[in-house]
Amino acid sequence: MSPQMIDRLWQAFYDTLFMVGISAGIAVLAGIPLAVFLVTSGPGGIFAAPRLNRIVGLFVNGFRAVPFIVLLVALIPFTRLVVGTTIGVWAAIVPLAVSATPFFARIVEVSLREIDPGLIEAAQSIGCRRHHIVRYVYLPEALPGIIGGLTITVVTMIGASAMAGAVGAGGLGDVAIRYGYQRFDTTVMMAVIVILVVLVSAVQFAGDYAVRRLKAR
Amino acid sequence: MSAGVLSPAITLATPVAAAAGTVAGKPRPGSLRFEAVAKTYHSSAGAVEALKDISLDIAPGDIYGIIGRSGAGKSSLLRTINRLEEPTTGRVLVDGEDISRLDEAGLVALRRRIGMIFQHFNLLSARTVRENVALPLIVAGVAKEEIRTRTDEVLALVGLSDKGDTYPSRLSGGQKQRVGVARALVSRPEILLCDEATSALDPETTLSILELLRDINRKLGLTIVLITHEMSVIREICNRVLVLEGGAIAEEGPVWQVFGAPRHDATRSLLAPLQRDLPPELTANLRPEAQTPRDRAVIGISYAGTVAPDLQALASATKGAVELLSASVERIQSHAVGRIVLALAPGAKPAALTSQHPSAKVIGYVPADD
Repeated sequence: MSPQMIDRLWQAFYDTLFMVGISAGIAVLAGIPLAVFLVTSGPGGIFAAPRLNRIVGLFVNGFRAVPFIVLLVALIPFTRLVVGTTIGVWAAIVPLAVSATPFFARIVEVSLREIDPGLIEAAQSIGCRRHHIVRYVYLPEALPGIIGGLTITVVTMIGASAMAGAVGAGGLGDVAIRYGYQRFDTTVMMAVIVILVVLVSAVQFAGDYAVRRLKAR
Repeated sequence: MSAGVLSPAITLATPVAAAAGTVAGKPRPGSLRFEAVAKTYHSSAGAVEALKDISLDIAPGDIYGIIGRSGAGKSSLLRTINRLEEPTTGRVLVDGEDISRLDEAGLVALRRRIGMIFQHFNLLSARTVRENVALPLIVAGVAKEEIRTRTDEVLALVGLSDKGDTYPSRLSGGQKQRVGVARALVSRPEILLCDEATSALDPETTLSILELLRDINRKLGLTIVLITHEMSVIREICNRVLVLEGGAIAEEGPVWQVFGAPRHDATRSLLAPLQRDLPPELTANLRPEAQTPRDRAVIGISYAGTVAPDLQALASATKGAVELLSASVERIQSHAVGRIVLALAPGAKPAALTSQHPSAKVIGYVPADD
């Protein structure tokens, strides 16, 4: 591999990390409140609003149904509105975040639902207000599940970011397609695969480790 | 674990006791009144009446037991006291105040006056013992130093001073329930609700938790309302008992009375596990009606308080030999509560005997040996 290609791979690696990192951050900030809303606004929940709950649920399902490559294109007007451009790394971050948020929210929702209703009842019995219940019961008790869900989300996003080349955002997947596939450069292809395997393994390992630590108490 | 674990609680004179004591000139806090409380659930299977027309008073400082089979409505009734459950009709009054009128802030304030412990403890796994116990104070906005002293106090009271930094998953069931008790007491409540608090514990641990509850009741003077399906728990610590059956009051009264002379079938069937008075080989042959004129009648006599049966009169009331199958007398709340089971001679008529003593009942008939 030429030194230029190695530089290109490094750049692609950083681009992938950057895209996935920023979008994952947005998915956490938006997805956790969304999941809390989905769980607590259902019938009998502490913020019960069943009608709104159903509407939001439909929206979440809608976004989950659209394949990422389609979303990437379909969101172009929205992307321009938010980041002022439709090409480059930032142009990929918007659809990545929009796609990852409902995905992550659904996973977090499952962890929140697994919390023993007795804990909510106990919190109410000791004089917790509803926001206290979210802060002291829902989120801390579901934390291992949330971290596990974040791991799955980030790994999925690394995969999805390979399509970001469609909007000129670069990244590892883009290099693999342009050089490895279209120019028949098997070495580059292999290098990208190895980097992705290592990256995904590292994310998975870190996530599993954090969950183990949390569950050990 | 029993007396040894409990000893720090007994010797400790805590400021909690002083705070919960009677304020001069004011009625003692912790009284409860139910006025025609009813609760109906609506499900796809139709309406279910969980509670029907419950009216009763619970005195401050009492240890009040509610017993019934599962599904009898115990849990629903207990939860109307801190409004985890809203009655469909009727009112619940805490210290004379109708709690259905409270807004959210009022309800939170009410719940801080009413502690609750649970069958499955319901401790937060992500928080240490101390952090669990501190939570009621944290959400009430109590200052840090005070939280520290008060959590130390209640942890000492329940005998867990050395477990503050442990996570609940490392504790035994009995210890978890002690944490539950500490969390319920840290707000210095006037009422403590116990929801099957010992049902997940082994008999020995059950006794130690009951001892702790009695100790707390004596020292802090708070009202304890507990629900259970185990008569032994009621007998151990309650002063009064309410028997619920199908959401309605079957009977209510001092424990010694209800135990000694149960008036309702529901009470009798709940008492059955405590009455191991018939030998199994006899139970196997027991029939509700006499099959032959030679069958022997088996008579049970239960009594409580002063009306002990006159044994001589009983014996002379029937012809032939009377065999004593079992007899027991125990003292509940310093009243004698006794039960005698007799088998009459073959062919002897039980009527002569049952008319002698009002509580003498024919349990059944067994075939004569010959």
